[in-house]
Amino acid sequence: MEFKDYYAVFGVKRDASQDEIKRVYRKLARKFHPDVSKEADAEVKFKELGEAYEVLKDPEKRAAYDQLGKNWKTGEDFNPPPDWDAGFEFRGGGYTEADAAAYSDFFDSLFGQGFAGSQSSQAGRTHTGYHAQGEDHHAKVLIDLEDAYRGASRGITLRSPEVDRQGRVITRERTLNVKIPKGVRQGQRIRLSGQGSPGIGEGRSGDLYLEIEFNPHSVYRVEGRDVYLDLPITPWEAALGASVKVPTPNGALDMKIPAGTGTSAGSGRKLRLKGRGIPGKPPGDLYVMPQITVPAADTDSAKDLFRKMEQELAYNPRSKLGV
Amino acid sequence: MNEEILTGLLLEEQLELTLGDLCNACSQHAEWVIQLVDEGVLEPVGVEQRQWKFSAISLQRAQRAMHLQRDLGVNLAGVALALDLLDEIYTLRTRLGRFEVD
Repeated sequence: MEFKDYYAVFGVKRDASQDEIKRVYRKLARKFHPDVSKEADAEVKFKELGEAYEVLKDPEKRAAYDQLGKNWKTGEDFNPPPDWDAGFEFRGGGYTEADAAAYSDFFDSLFGQGFAGSQSSQAGRTHTGYHAQGEDHHAKVLIDLEDAYRGASRGITLRSPEVDRQGRVITRERTLNVKIPKGVRQGQRIRLSGQGSPGIGEGRSGDLYLEIEFNPHSVYRVEGRDVYLDLPITPWEAALGASVKVPTPNGALDMKIPAGTGTSAGSGRKLRLKGRGIPGKPPGDLYVMPQITVPAADTDSAKDLFRKMEQELAYNPRSKLGV
Repeated sequence: MNEEILTGLLLEEQLELTLGDLCNACSQHAEWVIQLVDEGVLEPVGVEQRQWKFSAISLQRAQRAMHLQRDLGVNLAGVALALDLLDEIYTLRTRLGRFEVD
């Protein structure tokens, strides 16, 4: 089992006051709350904070934890010394009513069933007549934009702490194969009934909520149902108009670039391919943003062509700026 | 690995939930949901409570409200403010993403 340095989790000294610990906890809890934070590992971090606070906020648990000594480092192999908690007096159950099963093995070994004065944490769970619905679980699923166009199935590995028959906390890993329906969008959620934590007594199981997140795409950007694409075009395609090949997540298409794209008249800054966004009712649109790119003048004939344009077109793109 | 492919319910905007559905999904009493409606966090369609219909977005907001209340001790007015700001941040980030190159 790995030792956990609860002070390091908070980034406070071992002699921090209870008030300071409370303040730091509040601040970090807001920062890493999974519903607020954009950090990728917010959920793990938030649980860690909760566990550390469970110990440090309680002067009795904190004192017991402190006397393990200060030379331990997070991640070191650790086994609690026998009778480590002898001589401490605890009020009530050492185990909290909080979601104890979600805490680490380390926490469990110190403040779990063996903890002086603690009642069996399972007593409430097996008590006849006690029923509660299992907890809902939340997870993110990363999919590619192409999956939203065509639909897909995804294997999702979930790790959840559970209490086994002997009352020990174990981490159960399970893989679910989940259908990703065609037309899903960023941030949408899929509910899988009964795939959360099992209920207690006759309580029904919780649900599993999967939040859809798109992998960043090298070519497309997504906004709701609509998809955006920067399309490089040549100056002559922009000026004269052309039919060009455009990639879409569903395969390439031919698209007309109108003559005069990119001129100061401003036409054709954003070309819409109706209904070519994420499928659905209604489907989204695909917006093509033409980006005029200029070929390098790296040969004499290329230079001549540009000079000829300079002489014959008399074009000043900065006239509106007054220069 | 489980070979069976599970099909879940896609929580779309068009999805309509009753007050009872929402209470069930959040394991909360109707009074709590009504408070959220009073605070403007949830905006059901329909005048009378019995006829209220909530969208899947309401479900997500209600669940977030529940977590914020439970984990951070935020009161309902604070929850309402936080959710509005989170929505705004989400919109801004999405827009920003359009302008950021890779």
